[in-house]
Amino acid sequence: MEAGARAERNLGTGLPAWALGLIPLLLIVGAIGSFALLGGPGLGERTGPPVEEVAVERTVLRPGEIELTLRNDGPDPVEVAQVAVNDAYAPFATEGGREIGRLGSATLNVSYPWIEGEAIEIFVLTSAGGTVEASIPVAAETPENDVSFFALMALLGIYVGVIPVSLGMLWLPFLRRLGPAWMGALIAFTVGLLAFLAIDAGLEGLELAAEAPAAFGGAALVLAGGLAAYLALAGVDAYLSERSRRAKGAGAGATSGAYLALLVAIGIGLHNLAEGLAIGSAYASGALALGAFLVVGFAIHNTTEGLAIVAPLRDDARPSLGRLLGFGLIAGAPAVLGAWIGAAAFDPSLVALLFGVGVGAIARVIVQIAPVMRDEQGRLLYPATVIGILAGMAVMYLTGLLVSV
Amino acid sequence: MSKSSAQKGISRRKLLGGAALAAPAVAGLTAFGRGSDRAVAETAASNGAHAGHGEFPHATFAAGRTVDHKANGFHPTELLRDFDYGRTRRLASGRVLREWEIVAQDKEIEVAPGVKYEAWTYNGRVPGPTLRAQEGELLRIHFVNASAHPHTMHFHGFHPALMDGMPGIGENRGGGQVEPGEEFTYEFDASPFGLHLYHCHVAPLAAHIARGLYGAFIIDPKQGRPDADEMVMVMNGFDTNFDLANEVYAVNTVGFHYVDDPIRVARDELVRIYLVNVLEYDPINSFHIHGNFFEYFPTGTSLEPTEFTDTVIQGQAQRGILDLRFPYDGDYMFHAHVSEFAELGWTGFFRVGDPSKLTASAAAAMYCDLPWGKGSPA
Repeated sequence: MEAGARAERNLGTGLPAWALGLIPLLLIVGAIGSFALLGGPGLGERTGPPVEEVAVERTVLRPGEIELTLRNDGPDPVEVAQVAVNDAYAPFATEGGREIGRLGSATLNVSYPWIEGEAIEIFVLTSAGGTVEASIPVAAETPENDVSFFALMALLGIYVGVIPVSLGMLWLPFLRRLGPAWMGALIAFTVGLLAFLAIDAGLEGLELAAEAPAAFGGAALVLAGGLAAYLALAGVDAYLSERSRRAKGAGAGATSGAYLALLVAIGIGLHNLAEGLAIGSAYASGALALGAFLVVGFAIHNTTEGLAIVAPLRDDARPSLGRLLGFGLIAGAPAVLGAWIGAAAFDPSLVALLFGVGVGAIARVIVQIAPVMRDEQGRLLYPATVIGILAGMAVMYLTGLLVSV
Repeated sequence: MSKSSAQKGISRRKLLGGAALAAPAVAGLTAFGRGSDRAVAETAASNGAHAGHGEFPHATFAAGRTVDHKANGFHPTELLRDFDYGRTRRLASGRVLREWEIVAQDKEIEVAPGVKYEAWTYNGRVPGPTLRAQEGELLRIHFVNASAHPHTMHFHGFHPALMDGMPGIGENRGGGQVEPGEEFTYEFDASPFGLHLYHCHVAPLAAHIARGLYGAFIIDPKQGRPDADEMVMVMNGFDTNFDLANEVYAVNTVGFHYVDDPIRVARDELVRIYLVNVLEYDPINSFHIHGNFFEYFPTGTSLEPTEFTDTVIQGQAQRGILDLRFPYDGDYMFHAHVSEFAELGWTGFFRVGDPSKLTASAAAAMYCDLPWGKGSPA
């Protein structure tokens, strides 16, 4: 009967299914094409002058020179006419012309004897008389992207990522000595840490998105990145548990501590990638000075991330050292990668997206490990877990004070 | 317009900043160009991406582009010595009647290389024509408003209320505010002698002045002034993004024009500058000359100078006459001694030489070995 109905429908048009799918597509292309060719019949001329929206994506300071990277964020092409630094017109050169098409970018090399330690205010004057402003709060030479610089960024990533996370994992023997009643509270502590990281990263991502060209999505990038990461991790999780159920028979499938620890490590790793990007770009633009205080601050802050990774391992058989090191690298090493990317090619849109990815990953990890908090009655929230969550958030907040303003 | 910077995005991380890692910035204040105008222009053009590295003798526009004076319809170098005497005839009483036609029109002009501005003009130029008459004459200015906005001509000087170009006064007799497509003839005696100005007085006043509706108005004394190489400098500015602050400052509209094309004057000859400040949005403006001093006649209403100086300050609509001679050959900068204005366009040069050799190329060959003698900015 079903087959009969289908045949009847096909008889109505006499066309194969692929053609029915193709025809609307062709009509859409044709309609849009002719609309564009005819210049939007009936819409008339635009009202008002062209809208100029330009974002300054990156500034680089070299002796006697300021390099600006501009991104045209608006609907109309923009032509750069002149550049003034601290209220003085300055000569500049561009590669590839002065006109910037929609979503295009241009790099201006401005000759100006800037003075270290002073603030720099720049305005770019467009051919329509509009201004694009950029400010550098404290002028300092931007480091060159050479080998030693990348080595420095790697060292920075190891200092703030790999080492502290690994150090945090040293709490594992201590955790194993705690009674089984502590398990729920420990996982709750991890959930608290992660929740605070997610909130913090989400807000930072939104802050960055506000500076990024709106045409690339802005705040939507953070949300989309978060959703994509959440879904991707959920998909990977479903795939892996399906495989393990097949391998071990129908009875298996209960999530193991090592598996949860891996998930936490991945979530924290994605978060540290975004952190590394922000640190690398801050350093590259001279907004960040490396100091013992900073490294110590990050060490304490990220040590707690190590604790979060090993908490689910409390009830497992003794994990191998290699596996623990692997968790440490998964969680910490992305900071190195992030620092490289951030220092070499900072792009606020990309970093906002990655912050969103970190948030989504953490959210998925929280959902994944939260069931372990359940007590005999199946409750998620009871005094021990509530205190654990609050303690986790408090620790993140307090250690965060060391590395944030 | 979008305000943004990469730094803002990472401001959260700058807490520990401050201890700067960078080597001291090197301000390249040496390496001036030498050679003829043409050679320098070629150098500037071939510098490509590295143009001007380590070179910043003074603020200037980017190389490789100049203002299209033809499209503008006026040239600041010609405008400098362009006095509009109108046309005259003798009345039955024996008195001279002097008449001008002035048309207000909207026009896009280029105020800095590549920067267009929707100006409102008198006779298609900014500043408007320099109207010049002699004390005691009868003046008639036929004003036609071909702009899309209402305008007037408000003259500084003695005149009856109806001739004041003031909206709200005299509309019932055809005066006051002149609507688009309408016209009015201003008529008054040329008095007192001195250097004055005219401008539109329609509200919003700041906008109508800032858009370019102003010009110099000279009434010569009956006995005249000593012969001199005379020129008009109207100090103005342009708020190109309409944020009530100027982006470009200049004398006679085009920023840095007299850097690119220095004003040629003869050594030892008397030079007379009619200096008028019409700058909107900034409370004061000033004029300073290098390597020289001048006699200053405020408002030009006395034949005796009040001061011998090298710098004067003028508020809006203040004006004065400067008499000076250049005792040495060479290039001499003049600029607002409000350094901000100077570096945003209000800077120029006098090129002083032997009058017999004062062709452009000869002057360039003779004097271009001076620091700023680049012909065009590098």
